[in-house]
Amino acid sequence: MILDWLLPLLLAIALGLMAIGALRRISLWRAGQAAPVNIFAGLMAMPRRYLVDLHHVVARDKYMSNTHVATAGGFVLSLVLIVLVHLFGLHHQILSWALLAATALMFTGALFVFKRRTQPPARLSKGPWMRLPKSLLVFAATFFIITLPAAGILPENFGGWVLAILLTAGIIYGLGEMVFGMTWGGPMKHAFAGALHLAFHRRPERFNGGRSTGLKPVNLATDSLGVAKPADFKWNQLLGFDACVQCGRCEAVCPAFAAGQPLNPKKLIQDMVVGLAGGTDAKYAGSPYPGIDVGQAQGAPGKIITDGLVKADTLWSCTTCRACVEECPMMIEHVDAIVDMRRFLTLEKGETPNKGAEVLENLIATDNPNGFDPQSRMNWAADQNLPAMAEVKEAEVLFWVSDGAFDMRSQRILRAFVKILKAANVNFAVLGDEERDSGDVARRLGDDATFQALAKHNISVLSQYKFKRIVTTDPHAFHVLKNEYGDFGGRYEVLHHTTFINELVKQGKLRLDQFKGSNVTYHDPCYLGRYNGEYDSPRELLKVLGIELKEMERSGFRSRCCGGGGGAPITDIPGERRIADMRMEDAKAVGAEVVAVGCQQCTAMLEGVVEPRPEIKDIAELVSEVLIEEVH
Amino acid sequence: MLPEAVSANLKVAALVSIGQHPKSGRARRADQDARAVEMGIGLCGNKLNLVHAGETGSQEDLEQALRQYLGMGMTSMTVLRQPTGSDALPALVSHFRDHSADIILAGMRAESGEASGMLPYLLADRLGLPLVPAVAEVLSINEREAEVLQALPRGQRRKLKVTVPFIATVDQAAQAPRQIAFGPSRRGSLDLEASVEQQDEEKAAWEESPARKRPKRLNIKKAKTAADRFKAATAKPQGEGGRILKDESDREKAQAILDLLVSEGVIK
Repeated sequence: MILDWLLPLLLAIALGLMAIGALRRISLWRAGQAAPVNIFAGLMAMPRRYLVDLHHVVARDKYMSNTHVATAGGFVLSLVLIVLVHLFGLHHQILSWALLAATALMFTGALFVFKRRTQPPARLSKGPWMRLPKSLLVFAATFFIITLPAAGILPENFGGWVLAILLTAGIIYGLGEMVFGMTWGGPMKHAFAGALHLAFHRRPERFNGGRSTGLKPVNLATDSLGVAKPADFKWNQLLGFDACVQCGRCEAVCPAFAAGQPLNPKKLIQDMVVGLAGGTDAKYAGSPYPGIDVGQAQGAPGKIITDGLVKADTLWSCTTCRACVEECPMMIEHVDAIVDMRRFLTLEKGETPNKGAEVLENLIATDNPNGFDPQSRMNWAADQNLPAMAEVKEAEVLFWVSDGAFDMRSQRILRAFVKILKAANVNFAVLGDEERDSGDVARRLGDDATFQALAKHNISVLSQYKFKRIVTTDPHAFHVLKNEYGDFGGRYEVLHHTTFINELVKQGKLRLDQFKGSNVTYHDPCYLGRYNGEYDSPRELLKVLGIELKEMERSGFRSRCCGGGGGAPITDIPGERRIADMRMEDAKAVGAEVVAVGCQQCTAMLEGVVEPRPEIKDIAELVSEVLIEEVH
Repeated sequence: MLPEAVSANLKVAALVSIGQHPKSGRARRADQDARAVEMGIGLCGNKLNLVHAGETGSQEDLEQALRQYLGMGMTSMTVLRQPTGSDALPALVSHFRDHSADIILAGMRAESGEASGMLPYLLADRLGLPLVPAVAEVLSINEREAEVLQALPRGQRRKLKVTVPFIATVDQAAQAPRQIAFGPSRRGSLDLEASVEQQDEEKAAWEESPARKRPKRLNIKKAKTAADRFKAATAKPQGEGGRILKDESDREKAQAILDLLVSEGVIK
């Protein structure tokens, strides 16, 4: 029969072309900058990262995870067995039967892919992705039928030449999509690039249940700072972009996209792929950046990204809330890429939009974003009699006040927390005027120079004193102190105030009454939750107060951003809605009368929503309201 | 933006000093000087010459402050080196005698030191150039003359014609300076030049002390309605009294001025 010699030939050709495509694709990634990667350990860890870590994210959508297990599992198994049976001619009954089972499994999975593609949700890309379920079905069916004689179910030469032609067409189409397309840029590219991306991920700490959220520092001594061109990314970042499956889960959770600001994380990653491969975005078949037509973007590895590939406004729309990163089944690092590109705009071009320039200049001249007198940092606590580190030199707890000291609303939170600290007889002290801005805003706005200057200064001040832990009411300072000062030699045990108060309550150091009110919901700050995994302490505390939480639909690791992160209120890119308004709608939808928060930035954003709306209260305020103080 | 042909041949210099932040007292780019640089960039792009006279190199923060001007997109800056306590004027005069400029831009006054605002006037006097104070915008310019908008109080503007070359001081009303970019500010070069060293004898004898806080004069608002307040904020101040002398002889005119100065107590 014709297939006896044609099939191995086609297989060999497809595999050969795949290998050439792979080398070509690898050369595209290699245009990026060098990055320290342990090739061998990465490859060894890859199967586990795929089967456990990646599957864990995919499994948030049970339908899709089961579908993917069947389809991908069936395909990988089929391909191995096809090579053994049909290329190397190992006509062993067990192998043939296994191949039949694998293709059957793949076919079953592909049916569910097909079903989902009949009415695809808006977040999914169309275009070539619409033909993928058919390709999967054809591939599985073709090889199932071809293997039937080998398994001894059907006689050789059954079906005659008509079937032979049909099968040949199926083989060419199936191998074209599933093998050739894997390295030449079809939808199946995600399998090839994705597997390597998992092996050489830039943040290997994220696997095995770990967390890695701190931004990487810029080497300020280089000739061009930040990412100007696609080739300025690290090579494994480029690889990461290529791994995107365009599932659009990032798009579905992106607050800026929902607000109609010109950002869509999925499109951004696809634009990065256009940049690394060269060309235009005309073939992109997903949702556009709101308000920007698809087809205009052009890029090449050596071309400045903001000159025609991505508009600067797109980069400045991001609130760095990490919802996209949390949701990405391929574990792509969108926020890293966005901040890398912002760094170029700020450090090299001096084009931070709107209030950005003013804020950065204030941070340089006065160490706080609003240009207040740095000697007035402790004015808020004039009546609090707080021990200053400069005097006591040593304390159990260092209370990091943060720039909330200058804001009257935040001062209420600070006062409430001090009241709690005093009631629990905590041995604490503050840095007072020696404290400077943590550098969070400067860093998210791309000004790593100012961030590093602030960080180094704060670290040198902290090194003069003895303390066991740092506690702060600001999740942004918390994150930076905990996860980003380490690169400059500052390693501390840092706690968010909700964690600390919860500890005090558990140790019985606080006497608390019950909360008198109704319907309370809790808004997870991004920098506390997704950045640092603290979801439980605030909830435990609220429970102690006798509050039964009305959880919003988007809560915990899926919490929706308030719109206040990443310098977004400073760059203030216009959209159709405000992110804070949408978040308040979430709260109203569960009938909340009080929104408990754990972040002064969230407080400011949510209180900026016009009334009538639920009241916004920091957990420190809620606790201090029901605090039973002992009279001495 | 001005026509390319004109701006290409134009030699523009901006005088830059080390400023002082009003709240923190930290060295920084002086705000008005930065506006002068911004105006200069508008006239001739990064061909603008930045000139600073004073000490540098000794103190890290002073150099950083100067580098902030380079962060506006300049690749180099001329620094006329002087020891501490020198008078900047002779250094600038000798520099501009050797390297003539069509337009010299400067801020209205420094943010530290004497901050008398006299330097541009003295420089103009020594170089024999006309000086236009408080310029908000350069409207047009050619080889012979320039048309500029001068800022007056209460948002008023006056269009002036001035012959090239000239010196202009830049008003607060001029376009705000662009953002400082760290990369260019770090990489730009400070071209140090030896210069006239002349101690400022006058200043050396002075004693500097922090300003005393003075009680603020209470502002009694006479306006009763919004319309009155608007008028008070925007209307041209009406000259009260005074005489206009046009046809009188020079002697009479001079006498009138002298009388006024005596009555105001300027001359005794």
